[in-house]
Amino acid sequence: MSEPVIRTAERLDLLTAETSEGVQELQRRDVTTPGELSREVGAVLRLDGRSFDPNSVDFDRRDDETMIINMGPSHPSTHGVLRLMLELDGEFVLRTKPVIGYLHTGMEKTGEELSYVQGGTNVTRMDYLSPVINELSYSMAVETLLGIEVPERAVWIRMMMSELNRISSHLVWMATNGMDLGASSMMIYGLRERELILAFFEKTAGLRMNLNYVRPGGVAADLPDGWQDDVLVICDTINERTYEYDQLLTGQPIFRARMVGVAPMTAEEALALSVTGPLLRSTGVPWDLRRSMPYLAYDQVDFDVIVGTYGDNFDRYAIRLNEIRESIRIVRQCIDMMPGGDYRSQDPKVTPPPRARIGESMEALIHHFKLFTEGFHVPAGEVYSAVESPRGELGCYIVADGGPKPYRIHVRGPSFVNLQAVSLLMRGGAMSDTITVISTIDPVMGEVDR
Amino acid sequence: MITLPPLAPPGVVTSEGLACDLCCHPTREQYHALIDAFKSDGFEMCVDLCGVDYLDFADRALPEGVVATRFEVVVNLLSLSKRLRVRVRVQAGSDEPQVDSLFMLYPGSEAMEREAFDMFGVLFQGHPDLTRILMPEEWEGHPLRKDYGSGRVPVQFKEAPGPR
Repeated sequence: MSEPVIRTAERLDLLTAETSEGVQELQRRDVTTPGELSREVGAVLRLDGRSFDPNSVDFDRRDDETMIINMGPSHPSTHGVLRLMLELDGEFVLRTKPVIGYLHTGMEKTGEELSYVQGGTNVTRMDYLSPVINELSYSMAVETLLGIEVPERAVWIRMMMSELNRISSHLVWMATNGMDLGASSMMIYGLRERELILAFFEKTAGLRMNLNYVRPGGVAADLPDGWQDDVLVICDTINERTYEYDQLLTGQPIFRARMVGVAPMTAEEALALSVTGPLLRSTGVPWDLRRSMPYLAYDQVDFDVIVGTYGDNFDRYAIRLNEIRESIRIVRQCIDMMPGGDYRSQDPKVTPPPRARIGESMEALIHHFKLFTEGFHVPAGEVYSAVESPRGELGCYIVADGGPKPYRIHVRGPSFVNLQAVSLLMRGGAMSDTITVISTIDPVMGEVDR
Repeated sequence: MITLPPLAPPGVVTSEGLACDLCCHPTREQYHALIDAFKSDGFEMCVDLCGVDYLDFADRALPEGVVATRFEVVVNLLSLSKRLRVRVRVQAGSDEPQVDSLFMLYPGSEAMEREAFDMFGVLFQGHPDLTRILMPEEWEGHPLRKDYGSGRVPVQFKEAPGPR
């Protein structure tokens, strides 16, 4: 075993330079190119050089008048390991650059090593607040490649679980947003209500998070006996309590002062930045994949797409609060309209034989063994399937080479793309607004860094 | 399946993609002009951009007239007004993959192009800040390339004592 090398620096500033991320960081103005600078100040629609004049940015401004500071990666309000570098003029933000990658664990590389059966356990850990929807996006991509049909009951179970997951994700958002703004009672309430949903997940799938419940071909297990009562209690309780959140937050003067009119964004800017989900809808664009490009059975249920007007923090809050209510509406319809039948495809290619058959039939045992060791083969091709996650469009791009493992799996994380909007939203805002901006963008770092 | 936009450069090969309305296979020279044509045809959003390394899967099915290279850049465009999805697969080259950056057309492709550069080493001409985004700056190699063995490379962090 070699001796551990202890690094020393004669000059302290060299030590800082050595441990830094270098060019990924926010640089001094004199070493920043005009294109990068315009992005860092959030000039989204003036990039072509015609209307954006690089001379209008004060390159020669002396650096001792402004200050570049780090926020994160271990700041409590950055919701994970997000690091923001801010250039401040006193209290006000001039430039922002998010530095990410602190939670990168190579999940896309891991996905190439796992078979299609195992892949669900990998993708479910990306956006850990909406695991069901991650699995759904992945399973739909695999099913499209395989060309198999999913039974009606599985479709409705998937839809109900997705909506319950959306409620729980938005509740966590309400909780953490409340905490960021100092409304710590909201944090307790949000997590308390989420517990109801997680308990139901545990009853159904056996796990509270990272369920691996939605699998190619259907779902892992049928709903437990008496599920209607459990889900009805969840709907009634949370629906009633959303009105309590309304009373607690919506009219509250401190809350309004920090949300209303803070960090607005226009629809053009949101579209240019590829922003999706509540951020896009807050600018007035009625784009929700559940409505615009329906998947599962969303075209058979009745719900509203919530749209904002100003694209500010308050719109994003109002959209998420009302989406909880809309999701409850969908879940109630799922209870009434849940069809009978199989909960997974009976195609023997993807579905193992029933447990009872394994004890008496050698072929069934071999079939089961082959399915869980080698996995099933997927015909060569490539597909991009997208679903609406609580944070926006969650896409899964899979390249299959005909073998039992994906040749390439890429996940389009909505948080990863939405995070580009921070430079725009924070420009000119006060330092304290950065907290609310990060909060209302709602990034999940597991998905950003994958 | 839809047709190419009127402003598209001549000679772009198209095919029917799975779960999208049109799949295009432009050359590197046609790529930027084709995306520009789609943008003026009402495709408001560049939803996704990623790289693929076809080192072990060079005999993939491609339509007639497309010269397969090792690296491919896949762009998914979305039209909100027409509710259409288009996939653009550009062959980016084998040794030094390189395509034009979409940054001036779709500023939102910035982080996605940086990710493709970080993971595959695809160079994007005209990108304002082509640096690593997920890996540390001093990392060697591009991890999602197929010749980058997983589990075989010692951890490269500075403070780590190195392989035993």
